[in-house]
Amino acid sequence: MKIHQLSLFLENKPGQLTAPCRELADAGIDIRTLSLADTQQFGILRLIVSDWKRGYELLRDKGYVVKDTEVVAIEVPDRPGGLLEVLKVFEKSAVNIEYMYAFTFGRGDKAVLIFRFDDPDAAIALLNSAGINVVGSVEVYNR
Amino acid sequence: MAEFLFENRIWDPAEKLPRNELQALQVRRLRDCVARLENVPFYRKAFAQGNVNADRIRSLDDLKRLPLTTKADLREHYPLGFLATPRSEIVRIHGSTGTTGKPTFVAYTRDDLVLWANLCARFLVAGGLRPEHMVHIAFGYGLFTGGFGLHYGAELVGAAIVPAAAGNTERQIVLINDLQADVLVCTPSYALNIAEMMRAQGYTPDKIPLKFAHFGGEPWTEDMRLEIERQMGLLAFNNYGLSEVIGPGVSGECVVRNGMHIQEDHFLVECIDPDTLEPVPYGEPGELVLTALTKQAMPILRYRTRDIARLDPTPCPCGRTGIRMGRVIGRSDDMLIIRGANVFPSQIEEALLRVEGTAPHYLIEVDRPGTLDEVTVRVELRPERFSDKMSQMHVLREDIERQIHIVAGIRANVELVAPQTLERFIGKAKRVVDHRKEKGLI
Repeated sequence: MKIHQLSLFLENKPGQLTAPCRELADAGIDIRTLSLADTQQFGILRLIVSDWKRGYELLRDKGYVVKDTEVVAIEVPDRPGGLLEVLKVFEKSAVNIEYMYAFTFGRGDKAVLIFRFDDPDAAIALLNSAGINVVGSVEVYNR
Repeated sequence: MAEFLFENRIWDPAEKLPRNELQALQVRRLRDCVARLENVPFYRKAFAQGNVNADRIRSLDDLKRLPLTTKADLREHYPLGFLATPRSEIVRIHGSTGTTGKPTFVAYTRDDLVLWANLCARFLVAGGLRPEHMVHIAFGYGLFTGGFGLHYGAELVGAAIVPAAAGNTERQIVLINDLQADVLVCTPSYALNIAEMMRAQGYTPDKIPLKFAHFGGEPWTEDMRLEIERQMGLLAFNNYGLSEVIGPGVSGECVVRNGMHIQEDHFLVECIDPDTLEPVPYGEPGELVLTALTKQAMPILRYRTRDIARLDPTPCPCGRTGIRMGRVIGRSDDMLIIRGANVFPSQIEEALLRVEGTAPHYLIEVDRPGTLDEVTVRVELRPERFSDKMSQMHVLREDIERQIHIVAGIRANVELVAPQTLERFIGKAKRVVDHRKEKGLI
């Protein structure tokens, strides 16, 4: 089950983060989690929102450089070695993890992490065969 | 018979004058011109100092005995010190915009305007204009020569003109589409603005009625031509001119599109090294120096254009005999000296266009924070090149830096900025900010 992430190009200067967040807030779109990758000159804001399609169209129409990226949400046991179990699945495979970040909420004794794979379908197949739970989109968007 | 993109129609038989007849005509016209210039104090004084007069002009070799004229000379005789006819004979004034100081004015008699329209008609017809076409002119009308020059040239051909003038891009698009314009006339940078907005409004090239375009007024690149042609689905032609000499109409491309034919029956061209003032060999870039032989109100001798271009004397398959000049690759005053190397903004532009996916909106900033010059090129990111992966973004940036190094020979720091954040220009684009000048370092 793939999740839609909004990726946003931001210049690294004051107010750049505020503006798109305000657009989403005004439209009643909730940010479920986010991650910001930045360099001296620019940043890439990655967002999981309650309504990705509306969020995408809104930001695009407002002139933002925004892209819809497919990512995978994975349940990870919230204990020492929990993440390691997931990473081991990909250790000997050809699937690359481009980047990852966490949700602020957990599910019981599990944490939920977002993974960006170069090949999400292959990643999901590997996870399924290893018995690791991939979180569905409805659960992520409508928590 | 050569195969052409479209019919190679020639407006004026003078465009095909055999070289020997052309040269004889040039000598006669130069002699007449020098005689008329005895009326201009600046030239009268220079002729006396150089011991030269009309009777001593026997061949084109005698040209080098005549004085060079510079922009500073025109400014010194502001506003109309170069008039060669009585003021009462003037029917029009044009001028430079004066962005870099006092404006300079040029004057036209009735005959001058007839000549000018004919020269513009020649290159317009060479580049596909036909009497049945509708021409949309998005050049500035006013002191700037672009609007009026092309307007009366197209009118002489018999085309229908939409004098839209520059600005209000949305309205331009409405006019072009509603009136089904065949030909677009403006600066190439403004054409890109129009193309960009058309694309944003969902126009695909097959929905745009334009078939031809005539661009001038500023230097541009071959890649920029391809970009505009691809976005708008038209054939774009380059033309050249400057107000001091006459305005547009000095030269223009033919159907072959391999250089602009200089209208040598009316203009003498030289190509010189801007430092030594010595002629450069054919094919080498140099500063163009132009003499307007036949103008009445303000003939000008050996005007230093500051435009850097190459001359190509080889015969053209189209049959026109005027020597061809290449694109203006820069202005000798726009030339940046970066750590001792000569760099023209057009080279940066070419590098940007070579990297697939980079829109040609950019700004070059030059500074000298310590002892060395540093160049930053801000480039607007095209949405389709954006990636959520940082590594991809770095690859794009490095590609641009590498191309700049290949084309311009300098190491520049490239900054990707959001689309539509750099200033847009409706006339000539301003692409360089040189902080060294503000600091008094150069």
